[in-house]
Amino acid sequence: MPPFRRCWVTERSLAPLLLAGLALALLAGIAIGPFPLSLRRIAEVLAGGGDAQSATVLWNIRLPRVFAAALVGAALAAAGTAYQTAFRNPLVSPDILGVSAGAGFGAVLGILLGLPVLAIQLTGFATGLATVALVLVLSFSLRGGGQVLVMVLCGIAVGALAGAGISLVKLLADPEQQLPAITFWLMGSLAGAKRTDVAAALPAIVAGLMPLVLLRWRIGLLALGNDEAKTLGVEATRLRLLIIACATLMTSAAVSMAGVVGWIGLMVPHMARLLTGPRFDRLLPAATLIGAGFMVLVDTAARSIAQMEVPLGILTAVLGAPVFVWLLARGSRGWAE
Amino acid sequence: MRYFPATALKAAALAALVALPALAFDGRSFTDATGRDVLVPENPARVFAAGPPASTLLYVLKPDSMVGWVRAPKPDDLPFLRPGAAALPELGQLTGKGDTLNLEVLLTATPELIVDYGSVNATYKDLAARVQEQSGVPYVLIDGSFAALPQSIRQMGEVLAVPERAEELATYAETVLAETDALLAEIPEERPSVYLARGPEGLETATKGSINAEIIERVGGRNVAEEGTGNLATVSPEQVQAWAPEVIITIDRDFAAKVGTMPEWQGIPAVANGRVYLAPAAPFGFIDRPPSVNRLIGLKWLAHKFYPDHAEGDLRADVAAFYGLFYGVTPDDAALSALLGD
Repeated sequence: MPPFRRCWVTERSLAPLLLAGLALALLAGIAIGPFPLSLRRIAEVLAGGGDAQSATVLWNIRLPRVFAAALVGAALAAAGTAYQTAFRNPLVSPDILGVSAGAGFGAVLGILLGLPVLAIQLTGFATGLATVALVLVLSFSLRGGGQVLVMVLCGIAVGALAGAGISLVKLLADPEQQLPAITFWLMGSLAGAKRTDVAAALPAIVAGLMPLVLLRWRIGLLALGNDEAKTLGVEATRLRLLIIACATLMTSAAVSMAGVVGWIGLMVPHMARLLTGPRFDRLLPAATLIGAGFMVLVDTAARSIAQMEVPLGILTAVLGAPVFVWLLARGSRGWAE
Repeated sequence: MRYFPATALKAAALAALVALPALAFDGRSFTDATGRDVLVPENPARVFAAGPPASTLLYVLKPDSMVGWVRAPKPDDLPFLRPGAAALPELGQLTGKGDTLNLEVLLTATPELIVDYGSVNATYKDLAARVQEQSGVPYVLIDGSFAALPQSIRQMGEVLAVPERAEELATYAETVLAETDALLAEIPEERPSVYLARGPEGLETATKGSINAEIIERVGGRNVAEEGTGNLATVSPEQVQAWAPEVIITIDRDFAAKVGTMPEWQGIPAVANGRVYLAPAAPFGFIDRPPSVNRLIGLKWLAHKFYPDHAEGDLRADVAAFYGLFYGVTPDDAALSALLGD
């Protein structure tokens, strides 16, 4: 399988190009927003000067949010890339084992119980992990334990249960105050992102990403199939479990901070694959960088195109669906077996 | 032919059921806000309110006729409600989509009349007609807009056959509205910019023109969230910084307690000047929750918060009088302080 040869990006120029793209996205994210801040003012504040209100806006609101968006995008894209490789299926996204539905259920339950914001995020994080753990336990205790198909089907079943739980919580919620909060949360938003949120999510996301980076060669071999991987000394089932654990950790952390943001985990790996080809060791860093930059841009749009926040889930779908169809139309050269 | 007798029996039963309510009482005709002529009982003794706004209106007008609540009162609300009404069961909500009330459950409570109070549009008109047809219980819808408040109180009083009580409350409503207009005419220049904060982070707001925020405009506040569809929306703290509201009104206790220490809210005039006000919520909210007659005292409260130098009268005494007149419970000093947070 050759990488996408017709592309104008050469292998050597790819890394600097992606880094430059991310830097530009970050710059745009920092410079654009509803509170008017000129580049000059931003530079002043970053240098330690500027007036108090500009400093509040930049240090406490905009920078944490841009950073949170980059983290969420990177985490979802990396998790999606790992899943697609591990399951050898290009249609897999990080939600396939029910992590988003599970985290969503925990978070809306937290909203229903009137918990503080941090507790809501922690509940979401914990139920996301617990949902995937349940799926794994189920799939290994069933016939043909640990087969990918069984795993995915268990994920669908448990995810449907979590979805039913979300609906139940919506029904029980106070329609005047809790229900809007739940609806907004389920559509995804970084409007409330704070430094403390970023600090809480960062360790989980780094802890999930590190093993994927370190084991990128072995993970790449999974694409060959179980038997081939085994002859090369890779224990497919165990490695797959490790990937699931890492991806779940990242996705759960991202979802508990930003709400349910769809499409990034499915689409960004495909965008990256167009540039790098299917080799996991090249794909992972590319997808992570693209995911971070893309999410920063989407979030910048979310808070800038209107006075009111546009939910991230809506924007990623509106931007994501056409790009995805366009990619499909260009043919499957990048990922076909 | 084997099925014929059963079918005939069912048809007969159905016909009897449909005919029954019509035969059961001598009613009087009432034309509701949707223009439907509804036959209502002379003196309805068992009434169900279809949604929270109607529940509040029914409670203040004729509490002993209530068969249940849409949503049971919370423990905080109980000291401000008549004991008999406070103990009524929660039956669920009938208005709009996502009903939580099963019609059979409703009928076991044997209401003679269903009243609704709120938006008048084709959906609600249709809903009223359908529920009435299905349950055989007359269903009356009264216009819930703020401007029509005194008139709506009188109409509801007519339906419930308590015209004197309604007249008393409607007169109170007219007085408060007139006082508000007089105050605003006195100070045409002063129109504070206001942000309505909802949710524990304070980042949900109700945009200008929404039923959740209309009281702010009624008292002369300029809702900073002008854009939008007249609904609830989320905003970023950066947007609130850009709006720089002079006053923040919130209905969330957590947010009101935290706002002084949340870094992203510093520098906003309302926060810097200590003009973040938590709207009292027991037994019914001052701002909305539900958007019903409870907002009348919210008018006075907001006038005192928006124009501390101009608003007249003793707010504490006014609140106590309102609670006594409308809710039938006059709070003592301690309860008032807890309610108003001062």
